[in-house]
Amino acid sequence: MNMITKGLVGLRDWVDDRFPLMQLWNDHMGQYYAPKNFNFWYYFGVLSLVVLVIQLVTGIWLVMNYKPDAGLAFGSVEYIMRDVSWGWLIRYMHSTGASFFFIVVYLHMFRGLLYGSYKKPRELIWILGMFIYLSLMAEAFFGYLLPWGQMSYWGAQVIISLFGAIPWVGDTLALWIRGDYVVSDITLNRFFSFHVIALPFAIVGLVVLHIIALHEVGSNNPDGVEIKKTKGPDGKPLDGIPFHPYYTVKDSVGVVVFLIIFAAVMFFAPEMGGYFLEHNNFVPADPLKTPEHIAPVWYFTPFYSILRANTVNFFWIDGKVWGVIFMGLATMLFFALPWLDRSQVKSIRYRGTMYKSALGIFVISFLILGYLGLLPPTPARTAVAQVCTILYFLFFFLMPIYTKLDKTKPVPERVTG
Amino acid sequence: MNKSIFALALWAVASLVQAAGGHGPALLDANVNLGNQTSLQRGARMFVNYCLSCHSAQYMRYNRVAADLGIDEDVVEDNLMFASDKIGNTMQIAMKPADAEQWFGVAPPDLSVIARSRGADWLYSFLNGFYLDDTRPTGVNNLYFPTTAMPHVLSELQGLQVLHEEEGEDGHGSHGPELELTSPGKLSPGQYRQATRDLVAFLVYMGEPAKLVRYKIGFWVIAFLLVLLVATYMMKREFWKDVH
Repeated sequence: MNMITKGLVGLRDWVDDRFPLMQLWNDHMGQYYAPKNFNFWYYFGVLSLVVLVIQLVTGIWLVMNYKPDAGLAFGSVEYIMRDVSWGWLIRYMHSTGASFFFIVVYLHMFRGLLYGSYKKPRELIWILGMFIYLSLMAEAFFGYLLPWGQMSYWGAQVIISLFGAIPWVGDTLALWIRGDYVVSDITLNRFFSFHVIALPFAIVGLVVLHIIALHEVGSNNPDGVEIKKTKGPDGKPLDGIPFHPYYTVKDSVGVVVFLIIFAAVMFFAPEMGGYFLEHNNFVPADPLKTPEHIAPVWYFTPFYSILRANTVNFFWIDGKVWGVIFMGLATMLFFALPWLDRSQVKSIRYRGTMYKSALGIFVISFLILGYLGLLPPTPARTAVAQVCTILYFLFFFLMPIYTKLDKTKPVPERVTG
Repeated sequence: MNKSIFALALWAVASLVQAAGGHGPALLDANVNLGNQTSLQRGARMFVNYCLSCHSAQYMRYNRVAADLGIDEDVVEDNLMFASDKIGNTMQIAMKPADAEQWFGVAPPDLSVIARSRGADWLYSFLNGFYLDDTRPTGVNNLYFPTTAMPHVLSELQGLQVLHEEEGEDGHGSHGPELELTSPGKLSPGQYRQATRDLVAFLVYMGEPAKLVRYKIGFWVIAFLLVLLVATYMMKREFWKDVH
């Protein structure tokens, strides 16, 4: 035993002489001081990482049997579901993982809104996070074409045709993205390439940057107090605890709870009533048969609703073009949050009624838009979507005003536990 | 205060949104039981005898059916397969899609995953929804899939039904359309419902053969995770004793 320990320590030292192994470990785990008052909302960062690993690993195994060919793709997925040993489990992990990725990322972003995690000095962490989110949306969009079902096909057709709405260059651009006049085998091949190589690379790289930036400035917390301001005689933050072992063990509990929920969905309701795996996607793609109702998967529906809510032609510009502009704006506005928010405090605990109400209205509008995006439009639904779209944008546009006027409470010197 | 206003707003919007309901008659409840192996076996026989001449199941292998449904491979070869097929083959048909399109107007869809796109209740309703209609080339129409191109293949079992458009007193059709069996088939109405239920059960199984095992495996996975949860929680509590 002693021999083995000695050998391992020797190996570690040998590596450490040639590579900053211990320094990396200490900077990011052993000596990284995190606030001791993290609550429920602080699990979703590590959970995003867990889902990322699930997606990467299951993805590797899916690619072993999947065929990116318009004639074979649908059948190869069924082959995975039936003839590949445990193929159904790998596929369900991946499809359930896709939806859970968005669930944990949305909750992770909501945490940022609750506790002002995007505010100075964490603007860059937020921006990198937004790039991860955009890459994730692209990754999901490309991946959804691969099963080559009716929803895969027509969903891609609709989204690509949005680019066609851009004046002058639209049609050329849509043609360039598809590589063909309709979504075809060529489109499938390039989407496969983006889905399994380009975007996973981008996402992993951005996640590394996101974490490096976080560990440079240190984590925020539910009080929005900077723990680095109050240090003990040893130079360590008084309200901080080493990430390892304290948060590694605490996050383990969160990860296991998450895996229980994940497994419950994956084994007992992998289709989630048609929201995670759409019924119509079990019909092979048919370029000649447009489905009656095309809805994107649930995680895109808030933005899809905003797209559809724009029905009026303004300034000689088509309503459809406005839809595309506002949909793009709806995602991009998050980038500006650090500069739109003029409040002196970070955490919702010390903010006034105005921000609390604004955030509440924003979240409800987002949820309603998401729900409406799943349904075929009717005049009443479109009216509701238009109201919610306006509320969604007012959250951002009025933010400099209401965060400035808001009556904040005094922030304590130390975290409150 | 704020929260109750939000709740009220949410409720108002939800009721507004719900105003537009679905269309078509309500589906019958298929109520299939995948745990009942004899039901699945009867369904497999129905499928092979009545469906597999026009509809393929090109992702389903005969030997997988044999293994999952507890049927001997010899029995499958003798009773469920054409002589030219091999036990490892998938369920193909001889009819060419181009011919089928000429005969029926549309090629009959492959049924491998039909239960996943249509749902069990829809399939069960469809199989029970045929009624006589002179205006259709097949002589029948379907309550749940109007102007379907499919003839009533199971009419020798069910017999033939006619449709009564029941109008309620208030003009809203309190009963909705009703089907009445006018010339009985080989099976009683109860037997026919059971036979179609068996067939739908088989289609559900065929849509996802893993369904037979995933609930059981899922149970054990979650049981393991619960034990792991206790262990990780105790570890967390032990470490966090010294954080104040």
